[in-house]
Amino acid sequence: MVDIQSASQMTSWMVSGRSLFLTIHVLGVLSFAYIVAKRMVPLVRGERDFRFDQPLVRLGRVLKFWLGQWKQPRYKVAGTLHILIFAGFIVLALRAFTTLIVGVSQNFVMPGLSGRAGPVYDTVTDYAATIVFLCMMIAVIRHLVFKPARYAVPARYGKAHTADAIFLLVLIAILMVADSLFAAAKAAAQSQPGHSVETLAAFSLPWMLQRALASASLPALGRFYFGAYLGHELTFYFLLCYRPFGIQFHVETSLFNIYFAKLDREILKPVRYGVSDQQLDQVKSFGVKTFKDFTWKHMLDFYSCADCGRCSDNCPANAVGRPLSPRFITIKARDYSFQHYPVFGHASIGRGNHGTPLIGSKAGGIYSEDEIWSCTTCGACEAECPLLVEYIDKIVDLRRGKIEDVNVPQSLQKPLKALESRGNPYGKMEKKKADWANTKEFQQICPVKTVGKSNGADTLYFVDSITSYDDRMQSIGRATARILDHVGENFGILGPAERDSGHEVRRFGEETLFMALRDHNVEAIRASGVQQIVTADPHAFNALKHDYKDVPPVEHISQVILREVKAGKIKFNPIANDKENGNSVYAYHDPCYLGRHNQIYEDPRDVLDAIPGLTRVEMARSRDRSFCCGGGGLMLFYEPKEDQRMGVKRVQMAAEAGANVIVTACPFCMVNIEDAIKVAGLEGKMTAIDLAELVDQQIVRKCRDLKEGQAAEGKECVVH
Amino acid sequence: MEILVCARRVPDTSENEIQLNSAGNDIERDELVYSINEADNYAVEEALQIVARVGGNVTVATVGGEDDEEILRREMAMGANHGVLISDDAFSGSDGKGIATILKGLVQKGQFDLILTGIQAEDGGAQVGGMLAALLDYPFASLVNSIEVVDGKKLKVSREIEGGNKEINEIDLPCVLSIQTGINEPRYVGMKGIRQVASLPIPSYGASDLGIDASAAGEAAAKVKRVDYFVPALGKGAEILHGSREENVDKVLELVTAKGGLK
Repeated sequence: MVDIQSASQMTSWMVSGRSLFLTIHVLGVLSFAYIVAKRMVPLVRGERDFRFDQPLVRLGRVLKFWLGQWKQPRYKVAGTLHILIFAGFIVLALRAFTTLIVGVSQNFVMPGLSGRAGPVYDTVTDYAATIVFLCMMIAVIRHLVFKPARYAVPARYGKAHTADAIFLLVLIAILMVADSLFAAAKAAAQSQPGHSVETLAAFSLPWMLQRALASASLPALGRFYFGAYLGHELTFYFLLCYRPFGIQFHVETSLFNIYFAKLDREILKPVRYGVSDQQLDQVKSFGVKTFKDFTWKHMLDFYSCADCGRCSDNCPANAVGRPLSPRFITIKARDYSFQHYPVFGHASIGRGNHGTPLIGSKAGGIYSEDEIWSCTTCGACEAECPLLVEYIDKIVDLRRGKIEDVNVPQSLQKPLKALESRGNPYGKMEKKKADWANTKEFQQICPVKTVGKSNGADTLYFVDSITSYDDRMQSIGRATARILDHVGENFGILGPAERDSGHEVRRFGEETLFMALRDHNVEAIRASGVQQIVTADPHAFNALKHDYKDVPPVEHISQVILREVKAGKIKFNPIANDKENGNSVYAYHDPCYLGRHNQIYEDPRDVLDAIPGLTRVEMARSRDRSFCCGGGGLMLFYEPKEDQRMGVKRVQMAAEAGANVIVTACPFCMVNIEDAIKVAGLEGKMTAIDLAELVDQQIVRKCRDLKEGQAAEGKECVVH
Repeated sequence: MEILVCARRVPDTSENEIQLNSAGNDIERDELVYSINEADNYAVEEALQIVARVGGNVTVATVGGEDDEEILRREMAMGANHGVLISDDAFSGSDGKGIATILKGLVQKGQFDLILTGIQAEDGGAQVGGMLAALLDYPFASLVNSIEVVDGKKLKVSREIEGGNKEINEIDLPCVLSIQTGINEPRYVGMKGIRQVASLPIPSYGASDLGIDASAAGEAAAKVKRVDYFVPALGKGAEILHGSREENVDKVLELVTAKGGLK
């Protein structure tokens, strides 16, 4: 029986194949281990991060987001390519190991593949290698010809990453070709006359190569076989050791990044994991000032980013030209990490040396101040990232560091000071907190009580600052109160005892002030004895639900409305599509803190759909891809550098969807969208209304809701 | 350089609704929130920036009572090294000259190269800085909007002249300067910072500690007395434009240009 020698038996330049490959294996594995160990250095020195709980939940997420590639299809072309490549890699992983071992031990067969499964697996891998090879070619063409905009690197962030991306793609393609050539040469040798024919999967890459080699002599095939094997070995180990230097490190880190990803995303990262609020006074430094202050998981995020650009593609701040691109928050930190914790040589940041401040134009700074204040914490980036990289916690941590270093944009100082002394950012008097409800006319229609010892209530309506004090938003407060009144809720407000929820105070990094506001509110809420809380402000909702502890359960008004619609307590008059009103087309804008941060997407839509005669369209960007209106709370006071307002882009999206009424469910959205309608020149063509206002307007009321004596009791009538 | 900043705690005009009390001789103070006088805050920031450049210490002092300690702590959280509360029953009811006399006692007790005050208190008459300089026989510059330390013995200070021009003056140390708002961008004081200085001791000095003749300050010594306090009646000032948007824009442009707002 004539056959080519196995790679391990071959001798080349006086060195036996076995020794050569054993040497390559040992060197390759040692190099990789060394590089990874060096890459672990900053992680080991980073801040604590508790990510070791709930292993089953985490494994479930690995199955969904890693093995299941859950987020990939959100981008159809790139996602499909990635799923194919990922699947190919998973399939080829076994073959790669087998191939590596064969170089040392010629008769090695992977356990489980010795029987019938072997040929089936071989066929599958032949195709897998082919598909991966084709995907690489398509990816290269995409990078060179189609150039998706999200891959571009704006000048201020450095040079384009195209060359590096293509280099890596080509290396993988070479690996696939080498792998296929190896199989093809072996098969070609075996298919010489007189041998049993090993069949390769038809039209696969190995199959084609086998045909090309069909007429080659046995010694030539032997050389091909050996060369392909050596090429495969070298490419494999080069890739393995090169990946930790760039974007393809995610091949190794993604599994861990997803396993350790934050489970409770809606809860903001504590100042320090494992440090209680009471112990915070002893914490010397808050937030992230230097690279060492990042937690190990946040550093793992930096390694894991695949540079796909989806975060920035969805970031509203990036879209309106603010100096923020989440992608480069990560890329710049990774470059910084690689520079200061090099694989060769000593780390320039040690135990005694904290390194340079990350923010500022001074030497070593990688982020600008405007960059970290530009984020509205809308969460669009995190909703998109296939690798579950976290951004909001990092931004907030960077802000915490700035706040502690007494460095805050001037425009935010007054509102922060007012929050400290008056409990609201406007510096308004506490005693005027309930003025929105205390007008004579309104008290007659819908008396709103301030809960106290002698004035108990089951439900607390938490109003929050903007709805209490802003003339326009007070209308949302009154609508909410009337809805609660209509469904017979025994409710009250805290009145002067209510302070700002502190939601944005916390997200702007002023943790200590937030804690003071929270503690005050928690005490007031608990003292009021209410059983549940309702709010119409998603920011307050999010704060009460996730930032506060030991308070009664909280609901957003849209949830209450839907429940009461289903229970039959709320019925709607049809929308008047008459000459005066024209034909209104409604589009619902998802507020970030109702939608993305709390997954309440359907309730407000179901409420709208329950209103007879209401025509509703969806904007192209909705639900978890909703486009932030410009941000709430303190963001209203921040003066960003931007080409355009986020709200203007948003109302244009509504116009493109064919809507002329934007319904939202957040007072801050209302501020931004109403302003944007004016700025966009759509006044008269587009209006905005809050869900509570719309419901209040369309609700079928019993006339006892009206002023006494105005109409007969029990008769249904409409109030405008 | 040893710098003393004289500061005051005043009702925060942006966070209060100032109303007259029923007697009509003062404002209703029950629900007021107070903060450091804005110009004084700029003076402290400027002092901190000078010390950051040339070294030294910043001391912040105020004449008042226990409640006034909060502004000293806030300025210490900003970075001031020391706070001094000057408090004595004999000082209550002092006029501008009385306050200047009290501060003179503190200056003479210490070794200060430079004394800063805000340009004026939000509820005051911009008297103290100038009087303090005169009582000490120190040179004085007011409306200062930039400071440059020349050689440790002199300063170059500038002030804005009506119309936007700048005048630069050289002044010998020790001296008194009254600081204009806008000279810098005061840093933010977070709640954590205030908590961290909450337990630092703040010395309190009375008349005898500073060697001040109690009869030179306080109500008895005051030669200026407030006799009335009132809110002026609203005048007719506003002109409402009733045209279309384009017409209104043209009209506004015309009016602003006529008043010299646009050139």
